Amino acid sequence: MLEVKNLSKSFGGVHAMQDVSFTVRAGSVHSVIGPNGAGKTTLFNLISGVYEPTRGEILLDGENVAGLAPDQLARRGMSRTFQNLQVCMNMTACENVMLGAHLRTRSSLLGGMTGTTRRADAALREEALRLIDEVGVGRHAHAHATQLSFGLLKRLEIARALASKPRLLLHDEPAAGLNDTETHEITELIRRIAASGVTVLLVEHDMKLVMNISDHLLVLDYGRKLAEGTAAEVRANPQVIAAYLGTEAASEAVDIAEAA
Amino acid sequence: MADFMQFVFSGLTTGAIYALAALGFSLIYNASGVINFAQGDFLMLGAMITAAMLGANLPYGLAIAGGVLATVAAGLLLYRLAIKPAGEASVVSLIIITIGASIFIQGVVQIVLGKNQQTLPPFSGDASLSILGAYVLPQSLWVLGTAAVLVALCFAFFRFTMIGKAMLAVAANALAARAVGIPTSRVLQLSFGLSALLGAVAGVVAAPITTTVYDIGLMLGMKGFVAATLGGLGSAGGAVVGGLIVGLLEALMAGYVSSAYKDAVPFVLIVFILLVMPHGLFGAKTSERV
Amino acid sequence: MKAGTHALLRPSLLVLALVLALLPLAMPNNYVIDVAVRIALAAVAAIGLNLLMGFAGQISIGHAAFVAIGAYGSGIVTVRFGWPPLAAIGGAALGAAVVAWLIAKPILRLKGHSLTMATLGLGVIVNIVLINEVDWTGGPDGMPVPPLVIGGFAFAKVLHWYALAAVLLWLSVLLSLNLYESPGGRALRGLNGSEVAARVMGVDVARFKVRAFVLSAVFAAVSGSLTAHYLGFISPSLAAFAHSVELATMVVLGGMASTFGAVLGAALLTALPQLLGGLHGYEMVFFGLVLMLTMMFLPKGLVPSIALKLRRKA
Repeated sequence: MLEVKNLSKSFGGVHAMQDVSFTVRAGSVHSVIGPNGAGKTTLFNLISGVYEPTRGEILLDGENVAGLAPDQLARRGMSRTFQNLQVCMNMTACENVMLGAHLRTRSSLLGGMTGTTRRADAALREEALRLIDEVGVGRHAHAHATQLSFGLLKRLEIARALASKPRLLLHDEPAAGLNDTETHEITELIRRIAASGVTVLLVEHDMKLVMNISDHLLVLDYGRKLAEGTAAEVRANPQVIAAYLGTEAASEAVDIAEAA
Repeated sequence: MADFMQFVFSGLTTGAIYALAALGFSLIYNASGVINFAQGDFLMLGAMITAAMLGANLPYGLAIAGGVLATVAAGLLLYRLAIKPAGEASVVSLIIITIGASIFIQGVVQIVLGKNQQTLPPFSGDASLSILGAYVLPQSLWVLGTAAVLVALCFAFFRFTMIGKAMLAVAANALAARAVGIPTSRVLQLSFGLSALLGAVAGVVAAPITTTVYDIGLMLGMKGFVAATLGGLGSAGGAVVGGLIVGLLEALMAGYVSSAYKDAVPFVLIVFILLVMPHGLFGAKTSERV
Repeated sequence: MKAGTHALLRPSLLVLALVLALLPLAMPNNYVIDVAVRIALAAVAAIGLNLLMGFAGQISIGHAAFVAIGAYGSGIVTVRFGWPPLAAIGGAALGAAVVAWLIAKPILRLKGHSLTMATLGLGVIVNIVLINEVDWTGGPDGMPVPPLVIGGFAFAKVLHWYALAAVLLWLSVLLSLNLYESPGGRALRGLNGSEVAARVMGVDVARFKVRAFVLSAVFAAVSGSLTAHYLGFISPSLAAFAHSVELATMVVLGGMASTFGAVLGAALLTALPQLLGGLHGYEMVFFGLVLMLTMMFLPKGLVPSIALKLRRKA
């Protein structure tokens, strides 16, 4: 469904991404991992239209969408969450999620003012509340965003992304800032999302989550592709382990991973 | 040709004033990211307070010193009482705060010093000199000269003094600057004081030509901002070039097209600049990280 | 909003209707009614500006330009071309919308202080044009405007004007509240909250900003047109920076994004100077202080801050 070819991005003299190519199969959970600064979030920003690539192609179902604006990508069924949250703190939780369904609404200002959108909106609200329940924020559905904790806001972002009924969902570090219990819940949530047919592209540091849930992995290091394959293949790849932990820890890590 | 030179000199003179106002904008923006809407009022304060002191029969030199010092005090107070307490306020909040401060200052001046236009005596007489076919007031040369000196001093300050470099550090990354022991608050305070100083001197040296009045700061400030933006906010050299360009274009517009619409020039200009060159002529190109 | 409640039957709207209807009974004389009319007309403009500043987060300190375009548009076509007032008001509103649309597209690509400065420039330019095009506008001395006559009915008494202004205010509040809860309104508020997120959700940010700008211009123009007919006289000071600041202060003070906040802000800023015995020279000090202190200590504005306090107590 998603094919990235020779993707490169430079910021002035800094080569944040160099010549990265990989394919994501429809309906799979594909994770992107790598040490800090490897370029994972840059990759996300490139795919989701926040950055424009310096070179390379991004093929979404065969169409080259590199350089398209985020709202155009949304129209093509792409949605994402943000590592450092981009929640609209001036709205309630429910309103945030309803915003996610923007493309499915009649958003004309005149229509809004004259109240012609109210009935459709009521249905949308029901849907949003259901999504909020599904991600586990149900108790706070009508709370103002400023009253929610980081963990809740993270889940809210997922609900918002799901509200657009995406085909491809980009998850930027879903477990960042979460404790073990919350991570477990998020893992289950992502599993349910994937099971419903959404293709999930994930950036994550938490190895347990990644290894548990991924069909396929991409390892980045210094903006380049280091390795690619199934969880088992990548786990055993000495280069990958070396990149993360240094060569000495390589064997240790293999033992731990196998025990998990 | 003589006409043209006349307009050029006139334009350069006002341009020099705008350049100093622009420099003040850049200074504060550099140090804190704040656009000080009250910048133009510093020019007004310098001239108005000097005029008031003259009216109280103080010798000219002392009056100027008093006017400038009082304005610097106002600048420091502005930072202390309005900007600093706002802490981590949003861009919107800070914009509105400085607008409020500007209006407040104008209001106070209006009450204390009245609504009438004031003028200051020229520094060295008012006999026009003939330069390249144009009639140039000696005060114009004072304006150009003073501006040149102040700009040079600014450059030297940022390049060669510890405090100047500290200011640049704070502008680049306030948190890091604080981490290495730079007192960011003091630096910000200083930037306001310096901007006020620049503004006050500019206002005083210009008043003999342009006269001054309680609400002149508005137009001056806006044009200074246009100049600063044209040159690239944060670039001192850009502020100067921008100021001169705005002044020249205005004078040429007034001379050749329509004097009534000359004030519109900077504003039409700024819309164009911001669209075509959002970072101005010499501004740094930045990209945002998400 | 409870499901099934009709838009027109919102409790706050019913209360507002009641208050507006009963208010004249409490007003001792025509002077007070006059203040009420001015408040209502100012509130209409403030509600419009709130859409731009409060909902969409685009700060404009040149909005008086559109009030003036409305006023002068109306004035010029009634005086010079003999248009009937209703058509004039509509025409002026349309004119303002066109001007807004033309300017909005380039200007709204700017952000933060750049946008604010550009709006400032807009206000200044309109002011300069009004002062200089004496043949059309009567220049700095202003021009008279004929009284409002709609379908043979002459709005001669203050009470007539109060009725008209009150209805218009109520409608404006209705439209604004509707917009707040609608998908379009959410898109506006969303792009204010996080432009990146709004984009990712598919919001065409640029187009929405332009639409908000145009809409707010129309509100301002209608307010301006009616003010012109009410006062019977207009001058370029309608487009002055001070007036733009006054409008912005109403929105900021009342509470950004709060419809009733805009109304409250308009009420306070129109009535207080009258109550304090016509501040006479103290207006600027007053406005300046209000702006500064509000943003420093109540950055959310009056209505949201009060609402927050009440919510906390609950």
